[in-house]
This record gives sequence, structure tokens and C-alpha cells, in this order.
Amino acid sequence: MVTSLHQRSAQGASEQTKQRRISMTMQSMLGWRPLVVLSVLWMTVMGVHAEAPTPSLEQRVAGLEAYLGNTDPTAPLKDAKGNIPEGLTTASVGVAGPGHNGWMMTSAALVLFMTLPGLALFYGGLVRSKNVLSILAQCLGITGLVSILWWVVGYSLVFGKGFNSPILGGLEFSFLKGVTSAPNTDYAYWVSHNVFSMYQMMFAIITPALIIGAIAERIKFSAVLLFVGAWMFIVYFPLAHMVWGVTGLMNGVWNAGAAIKAIDFAGGTVVHMSSGWSALVLCLILGKRLGFGKEPMPPHSMVLCMVGTGMLWVGWYGFNAGSAVAADGVASNAFLTTTMATAVASFVWAVAEYFDKGKASVLGFCSGAVAGLVVITPATGFVDASGSIIIGVAAGLVPWFFCTRVKQWFKYDDALDTFGVHAVGGTLGAFLTGVLATADVNSNLNTNLKDIVGKTLYIEQLKAMALTIALSVVGTAIIAFVIKALLGLRPSVEAEREGLDVSDHEEKGYIY
Amino acid sequence: MSLKKIEAIIKPFKLEEVKEALTEAGIEGMTVTEVKGFGRQKGHTEIYRGSEYTVDFLPKVKLEIILPDSSVPKATQAILKAAKTGKIGDGKIFVLPVDEAIRIRTEDKGEKAI
Repeated sequence: MVTSLHQRSAQGASEQTKQRRISMTMQSMLGWRPLVVLSVLWMTVMGVHAEAPTPSLEQRVAGLEAYLGNTDPTAPLKDAKGNIPEGLTTASVGVAGPGHNGWMMTSAALVLFMTLPGLALFYGGLVRSKNVLSILAQCLGITGLVSILWWVVGYSLVFGKGFNSPILGGLEFSFLKGVTSAPNTDYAYWVSHNVFSMYQMMFAIITPALIIGAIAERIKFSAVLLFVGAWMFIVYFPLAHMVWGVTGLMNGVWNAGAAIKAIDFAGGTVVHMSSGWSALVLCLILGKRLGFGKEPMPPHSMVLCMVGTGMLWVGWYGFNAGSAVAADGVASNAFLTTTMATAVASFVWAVAEYFDKGKASVLGFCSGAVAGLVVITPATGFVDASGSIIIGVAAGLVPWFFCTRVKQWFKYDDALDTFGVHAVGGTLGAFLTGVLATADVNSNLNTNLKDIVGKTLYIEQLKAMALTIALSVVGTAIIAFVIKALLGLRPSVEAEREGLDVSDHEEKGYIY
Repeated sequence: MSLKKIEAIIKPFKLEEVKEALTEAGIEGMTVTEVKGFGRQKGHTEIYRGSEYTVDFLPKVKLEIILPDSSVPKATQAILKAAKTGKIGDGKIFVLPVDEAIRIRTEDKGEKAI
């Protein structure tokens, strides 16, 4: 990169003295980083045709400052009427900002790491050893399937705007057509469109993968893939568009015309409520595991479970801080709130166990950490440190109560507590976000929501929660009954007794 | 002189002490297996997110030693001394008759084979 810059600079030898003077002034004003960006700016200026209007130095500097502030680099080029003169541009327009883009590529990789192998190990450790590979295979299968759907039309249905609809996006980005390295400024001024698309795809992968926790150890692999394929179209793509699409029904932060002015920073409704409530419905339709309540079904490896938990926690920084879609102050705040809520929830869950049964368990610490991550998710970029502590305490107690008490009362077989942690935690988080959000840590809340933040925002949150639960429950019930009628959901009794690893994959997790 | 077999079920963490005690007592070979079982000690309870499971079978170590009749008292004394904690679950010692012993390499029989 540096070498090529020097080569390009040498071509414009007559300009060099002037450019160096500008760059030195810039350097003393802003430090060394703008120098690099300014060099990029020269290259484009030199390539512009003679007849095109030349941006002023002020416009070029303002374009660079937009990078620092994560704002629109074309703003300084607009005239009084808000139009950009034809041909007027700077090197800051239409390119990704290195820092923001770098963080988003890192975040995308971190979110994939949450599924592969984070969630796979977290869930894999909790099942019996005869079913460990079925969990890994389902995580891998979902990753591939959802990636293909995302390429075909999924991304477009969520983040397109061709339909100009509050429910679904459009078809303009089908097959990732036009999804290039230039930013899509509907969503990020400084992040490449292709990076944004891949980042969002990782969310689309982990969401259905969360569902398999509730239905573990007793569903056919083919039924899982068929279910997920249909579920993405009926539940996830519409819901993600409603919450995060620029024309979305529930995108309170960015869509001034949103019917429900709700907020969801990193996916309390889209990811956790949708997967958790769907998981409950699917596990009820599927029925209990053979021997549930009669035979012991303890985790086969708490070590794998703990390793997976650590990976989820680390990966979640990409999920939460990355949801700022920039390496900016909002992301920094999300990093802090994610850490505090998770650590507190992990500790509180274990303390609750200690006072309940006299022992703090590793599964308790792990469950509390995941619950903390879930509950802070919708709030992470909207609450301050105090808010994150309140959320951490709530996340340690409420999901704990559902997993250890409510499940026993109603005797549903939510095998790995997807409902108890993700549905309960996501619902709790969506509500608490409405109560605790403050524009002090995120000025975007002043754009369209100034009048309701800190006041009636929680009512909008309740509406969003109700719609999310309705869509998830009804959508899942329809898909599940159709698949049950077409090819059946459960393996044979022999296959389930033998274990899904051998019956569905003809492999064993452990060969002694 | 006849041969005997000692089977001893002991606590896993006592294995090293028992092995040393037997070596001091002149016992030159043994076979060790990790086993599971229960006697009067019964099992323990495990709790995972509120679900309680009773684990009946506890991990133990089984020693098998073939030795001449005359060595049995000192071997059993060595095991008793080394394996005892005084708490429930210390294990058991069984002494059984052995019809024959053959060393595969040399085809030696009886006491010469052990």
C-alpha cells in the first residue's frame, strides 16, 4: 500500500512540493493518520478529467474529517440546496475508511467464530456423547445453507429497498449483484458494501443455529435443514428488514416513517427473541426426547461447553461492538457494556445457584455469561455503564429462574435451554433497552426518537416484542407442521437410542 | 505350591501408594484397570441447570495380582495398609484360587511363570 502510494505520487512530480506542504500542515494539525488518507486523495484528484470541478482544500479536509467522525463524506460537497455539482468529488467519496472497514472485517470473522466453533462446542458439550456430532453437523450445515440463501436473495430481502416496503427489502442485490467494496451509504459511510453484507450474513447464520439447542438429540438432520431454509424466508428475512432495514417497520433509529419506533442495537428481537420463541414452539411440536425425565441426560463434556462459552463471549464483541458498523465511540461504549453485563450476569447466576443448592457450578457461570450477552445485545450501544450493570443482574436472575424452575413446572424439553436463555433473555433485554437507553452514549437516538427516549420508548419496545413473538410462533408452527406432514421431524426410535451421530452421519465423536 | 489371585478394588488416588507398598512386599507384577461400581458408598448427585441426576457408579481401580500362596498374607497386608482411609468406599480385597499360569514366551508353568 505504502509503496504504491509513493509510485503514484512520483507521477505527479510537479505537484509534489505543494502536496508535501499541505500534508505537513495536516500532519501537525491532526497527527500522522490523515497523511495516509490524504495520499489516497491525491491519487483520485490527479486522475480526474480537466473539465471536472476541483474540490477546494476545505472540502477535501472536511471529507477526511468525516472519516474521523463516521459521517457523510459527500456533505462538504453539497451546495446550499443540498445538491452536489456534477463531477465534483473527493478521494474520500465512494471508498471504505480503513479503520472502520478493518474493524468490520474483524467483527464479521468474530461473529462467525461464535457459531464455528463457539456455539457448536457450547451446545456440543451439553449433549450426550452419542449426539455431539449431530450438533456440529447442524451448525456446519446451517452455515453453508444460510450463506447460499444470503447470496441468492437473502441479503437483498433484508437490506435492499427496491420494494419500498416496511416488511421486506427488495431484489436489487440478488446474487450479491452490485455489492462491491464501495460503501452502501444507507447503512455505513465508511464500510465496504461487501464487508457489510458478509457481517450481516454471520448474524443470519447464528440465529437459526441457536434454535437447535431446544431440539437437540431428537430431530432428523434433513428436517433441521428444511426447517431452517423455510424459517429464513418466513421469519428471519422479514424480521431483520423490519428492525434494521432503512425502510423497516420497526427501525426507530433510522427510519423516520417507522410505524413502531423501537430500537434494537445488535439483535435482541431479530436474533434472540426470534430464535428463542421459535425454539420453544418447535420443541413442543417435536416432543420430548426418549426417556426425558426418567433417564439421566447430563452434559457429556463441561470442558467443551466452557471452551465454547469463552469463544461466544469473545466473538460477541464483534456481534455487539461491531453492530455500530464503525470503529467509533458507539462501538467503544458497546464494548464496555457488553463486558460488564456479561461478567456480572455470569457471577450472579452462580451466586443464585449457591444460595439455591449450595454449590456454584461451571455450567452456572457459563449459562450466566451467555444470558448476560443475550440481554445486553439490544441495549449494548444505547445504555451506559450503570445500565449494563442493572442488565447484568437481571440477566443472571431471570433466565436462571426460567431454566431451573419454570422448565421443571411445565416439563417441556427445551434440551439446552434455548428458550430459557435466548427467548427469556432477548425479551427481557428488549424491554430493558426501552427503559435504560440514553442519548448520552448514542446521539443517534436524538435523530428520530428525541421525544420518546427515557419516556415512552418502552411502549414501542413492547409493540416490537409482541410482533416478534407473533411472527416467530406462527411462522415456526406452520413450517414445523408442514415438514412433519411431508417427511417427519423425528428419527426412528432405534436411531434416537443409538444416537444421531451414527444414524444421521455415520460417524462417532469419540473413538476409544 | 498352589497359586492364588488377588483382586483388589481401591480408590483411584490410592493406586500409587498401593503399588509402592506391594513392590516393597516383593510383588513383581500386577494388572490395573479403571472400573466403575458401587457398594455401600452408593453414588453422588450431579445438578445441571436445576436437573438433578444420581450417579450410582463411581470410578474405582481394580488390581489383579497372581502370586504364590505363601505371598498372599504380606500382599494383602500391604494393600490394607496403603489403601485404607477409614472412610466408606475404600474398596475390597478378594483372594481366588488359580488353576494354572503359563508364561507365553517360554511356556514356563506354575510358580516359574509369574
